[in-house]
Amino acid sequence: MASELALARAGLTAARAKPPLAPLGWGITGAYLSLVVLLPLTAVLLGGAADGPTAFWRAITAPQAVASLELTLACALLVVAVNAVMGTLIAWVLVRDSFAGRSLVDGLIDLPFALPTIVAGLTFLALYGPRGPLGINVAYSRVSIVLALLFVTLPFVVRTVQPVLADLEAEVEEAAAMLGASAWLIFRRVALPSILPAVLSGMALGFARAMGEFGSVVLLTGNVPFSTEVSAVYIFGLVESSEPTSAAAVSTVLLVLALVVLLGLDGVRRWARRHAD
Amino acid sequence: MLRAAALSYLALLLVIPLGMVFWTAFKDGAQPVLAALTRPAAVSALLLTVGIAVIAVAANTLAGVWCALQLVRGRFPGKALLNVLIDLPFAVSPVVVGLALLVVYGRAGWWGEWLIGHGLPVIFSVPGLVLATAFVSLPFVVREVVPVLRELGIEQEQAAATLGASSVQILWRITLPSIRRAIAYGVVLTTARALGEFGAVSVVSGRLAGRTQTLTLYVEERFQAFDLTGAYAASIVLAVLALLTLVAMRSLARLPAERAA
Repeated sequence: MASELALARAGLTAARAKPPLAPLGWGITGAYLSLVVLLPLTAVLLGGAADGPTAFWRAITAPQAVASLELTLACALLVVAVNAVMGTLIAWVLVRDSFAGRSLVDGLIDLPFALPTIVAGLTFLALYGPRGPLGINVAYSRVSIVLALLFVTLPFVVRTVQPVLADLEAEVEEAAAMLGASAWLIFRRVALPSILPAVLSGMALGFARAMGEFGSVVLLTGNVPFSTEVSAVYIFGLVESSEPTSAAAVSTVLLVLALVVLLGLDGVRRWARRHAD
Repeated sequence: MLRAAALSYLALLLVIPLGMVFWTAFKDGAQPVLAALTRPAAVSALLLTVGIAVIAVAANTLAGVWCALQLVRGRFPGKALLNVLIDLPFAVSPVVVGLALLVVYGRAGWWGEWLIGHGLPVIFSVPGLVLATAFVSLPFVVREVVPVLRELGIEQEQAAATLGASSVQILWRITLPSIRRAIAYGVVLTTARALGEFGAVSVVSGRLAGRTQTLTLYVEERFQAFDLTGAYAASIVLAVLALLTLVAMRSLARLPAERAA
């Protein structure tokens, strides 16, 4: 109700106080977005189909392409599942628990967003590679892909769940506890329904990120075809060996997957907003 | 129990790796690190990276604020489409971004021949690096500003309009001051992403040392050349920039809510 009123008023103001710079702004921003994002992405979609549907189909069903897509999808799904559990847990600890150094830990959560992926890959190679100080060597194996993806996608679920959890009143959980509900029951029946949309949207963002990840895996996984080569690395290889049409075809598959996930995310957001009213 | 589980997960995934970068780089003291960082190729890579970031951040901030204003206040056909379009760079693989630019601006691409003929090569040249960086870091400012703008409402802007302020005055004196912190936050995130971009630039760069080699590409090149000291020294610079970003984000988040107007 209130938001509808605000919307109606916003429309009124927009109509009344049409900024004189509007056409200029639209022109510049439109040209900018087109040159940087819209045109290149359209070009990839057209480029994949440039040699006809048969060539497109052959490119995306090439055994190496299929293997890389399956591997990427499997790793992304696994990572997203781990994120859902660990991300929610970390968010819960950061919001409901109190311990020395909590705000430092809170600040560190964003590290994967800030640290360049190539540095992350190099670091994991030094730590969990052949000469690592912990004696754990997972480099050049599929485990290393999962490790790298867990790192780069860590903040998504934590950062989407954290504010929702902070807004939930701890009193409701306490009341449930006093009425004899177990911790698990409280989590499942009281907290989970409220944070579920946030968990899902964090998972969707993490999934999209994991499907396209390149920098952190390229040094770490050895990029062995049919074994540790993810789709982004496979596409990179096609570009380097001057096969842009095949590269564009496989990219189209990744783009479509990303779009589906984004639209799904939009759906989750709408559903959550309706749920909240 | 839960706390221990969460914290040990974070230690294994975040803290130990971060410590590892510094420990490996400074294993033999600070001297080799300094020597590696003062090599001309390292210096030019750093300067190039900073230059690219400045241009990409400026462009994305202007476009981002404009788009945020339109997405929240404006009414136009295709608004939902713009909303999804803005988010796309988050969901597209950096390698696909590089390929996309190649298809349009590359030698064999749509406009490559024409651009090169007019002395404006984009791919394997600095403009391509700027485009790639701008693409991947596009959404941050918009995504930070939109919720603040939505929260803000329009009462103050209406009041100003009633009192006879022009739309430029309203934008400059009311709207921009209230979204200043969101813009700053977006700029910090954009900068971090721009400095650290690797996948997209590695496709369009051509890796000409001293000309199109950014700092992240320099790290990779040193690593491939078995110069671990050089690779880790450059990584240190990037890691320090990342930590500075975190500090900036923390201090921005802690600032008291600003006065409106």
